[in-house]
Amino acid sequence: MRDNMSRKMSAAAKRKRINHLLIHAGLICFAAACVYPLLRIFSVSLRPGDKLFSTDLSLIPAGATFISYARLLGDTMFLRWLWNSLIITLATSFIGVSLASTAAYAFSRFRFPGKKAGMILLLSSQMIPAGMLILPLFLMIMKLKLMNTYLGMIIAYSVSSLPFSIWILKGYYDTIPRSLEEAALVDGTSQVGAFWRIILPLTTPALSIAFLFNFTTAWNEYLVARVVLFSAKQYTWTLGLFELQGQYITQWGMFAAGSMLVTIPVLCVFLYSSKWLISGLTLGSVKG
Amino acid sequence: MATVQFKGIVKKFGDNLVLNGVDVDIKDHEFVVIVGPSGCGKTTLLRMLAGLEEVTDGEIFIDNLLVNELHPSKREIAMVFQDYALYPHMTVEENMNFALRLRKMAKTEILSRVTEAANILQLGKFLKRMPKQLSGGQRQRVAIGRAIVRKPKVFLFDEPLSNLDAKLREEMRVEIAKLYQRLNATIIYVTHDQVEAMTLAGRIVIMNHGIVQQVGSPIEVYRKPVNLFVAGFIGSPTMNFLSGRLSIADGVAVFSNESLTLPIPAFVLPQKEAADGREVVLGIRPDDVMVERPGGEKCSGKIDGVLEVCELLGHRENLYLKVGGQRLLATVEAFFNRSPGSAVSLCFNYQNMHVFDKTTERRISE
Repeated sequence: MRDNMSRKMSAAAKRKRINHLLIHAGLICFAAACVYPLLRIFSVSLRPGDKLFSTDLSLIPAGATFISYARLLGDTMFLRWLWNSLIITLATSFIGVSLASTAAYAFSRFRFPGKKAGMILLLSSQMIPAGMLILPLFLMIMKLKLMNTYLGMIIAYSVSSLPFSIWILKGYYDTIPRSLEEAALVDGTSQVGAFWRIILPLTTPALSIAFLFNFTTAWNEYLVARVVLFSAKQYTWTLGLFELQGQYITQWGMFAAGSMLVTIPVLCVFLYSSKWLISGLTLGSVKG
Repeated sequence: MATVQFKGIVKKFGDNLVLNGVDVDIKDHEFVVIVGPSGCGKTTLLRMLAGLEEVTDGEIFIDNLLVNELHPSKREIAMVFQDYALYPHMTVEENMNFALRLRKMAKTEILSRVTEAANILQLGKFLKRMPKQLSGGQRQRVAIGRAIVRKPKVFLFDEPLSNLDAKLREEMRVEIAKLYQRLNATIIYVTHDQVEAMTLAGRIVIMNHGIVQQVGSPIEVYRKPVNLFVAGFIGSPTMNFLSGRLSIADGVAVFSNESLTLPIPAFVLPQKEAADGREVVLGIRPDDVMVERPGGEKCSGKIDGVLEVCELLGHRENLYLKVGGQRLLATVEAFFNRSPGSAVSLCFNYQNMHVFDKTTERRISE
């Protein structure tokens, strides 16, 4: 009987090992599919000349050089474009998260006419394709005389990312027990004080997600920037890199070098915010 | 410390009437327990006093100051919540001194108050821990400590022990009783547990359906419940109720139903209440049902019954009896040593008998 049991156990362990193996094989395939384009671009950025296609599959091509990087930083306004993108993206992210955090708090905690309709309206706005919003955005920004300005871009990006952030944050606030705010009110804070001192610190995981979403969306955005910005000095990097594409020749080396460089800020933000993306921050607050 | 007055308090949530004209006066240094079944409005009343719910109608006074429109932070109250409501991103010490820091109190004063409270509640070694690193009982003590350090006018406890297991609840009940003796504060304590109410309260407020049923000392509400609800709610095990009709025979009131006939002594039911044909409910606590045992005290005016089930509780025993078609519960000294199905003789302690009018449910006995 014991033999029978141990045979069953070893069969189960074997099945578990095979399952693990299959899962990991699948994950490796996905990881490779994700990393391949990045390595390919890196390889292109190191190639001498502006060769996009090559039969050479090596990561470091023959005659690898950083000349594309040097030319991009020295001969173009790439740093200026990067700076423009950074200002617009950071401002969008901070404004977006600030507005969303307070709006979502109101949606989560207070009863007011139009609350449900408001949430549905916010959700429906996410179902409209971005391209359809270009014309109204263009008209609004033009009427506000904010064409070709940082502010125009920041407003356009902030409003388009707000609904998603509000939904994310509202969902998170709903999980925080109301008794925490009530305890703070009894302890002597105002409603705003309870939000600022108790609720907001507990919302950091959701705030990080909203911030990351705003950051990556604004950082990579092309369509709105194309419509609102028209002088090369004001370009974001997405528009700037496009400048490298000529009618007859495209500077693929610099294009690839630029593509590599623009991933650095996003990478930094991801790495920094990952420490806030921890769940279970409210553990221990109430009986659970 | 302070007095608290509720005057004609009404609370509605939409069309739902939760509190209907609550009037209660709470004296300085008094420990008042508000007790009632779930949904009776007791927590709502406490939250209204704390300023966490708006008052639909009526007035609330703390120390003769009308507080209806006063912000919770200005009412000088401290509240211990049912679910502890500790700030999870703060240490125990920060949780306890949060209110004092908000008041910009001197650091030395803050330290001395927190240390004093921590000593009272034996929290000294947990001050640097986070709430998630504490057990349920320790968290509850922190919640109480957070209230103590503020030295408020009134302490509010909202079912503070309901999340603890039975043993811990008993321990904390004793701790709270000791704390009251030490602080001599005005405490308003809400619970649905009548044992907590009986053991802790100086006075009990019993509520049902948003209406105060009775206010009195634990012994008053136990011995002289004003209506059927209070009689059934207070006391464990629950009081036996026998429905029947009164008749007058030779000037003596007699209770009868299809199962038994009992003369009701005049010291139990005053003559003016003993109307012929009046429908009444007799209330007898299980402790006042005496069951004869071999060699024990004999019953006068015996009633015959059958033992259905015995429940040994330790030093006491619950006997589930059947008298005619009527079921009765008797609590007697342990080791009754009779098997279910055996015939027993029983009688009632008339000194503690209660009589209620069946229609109004009001008490009509002395």
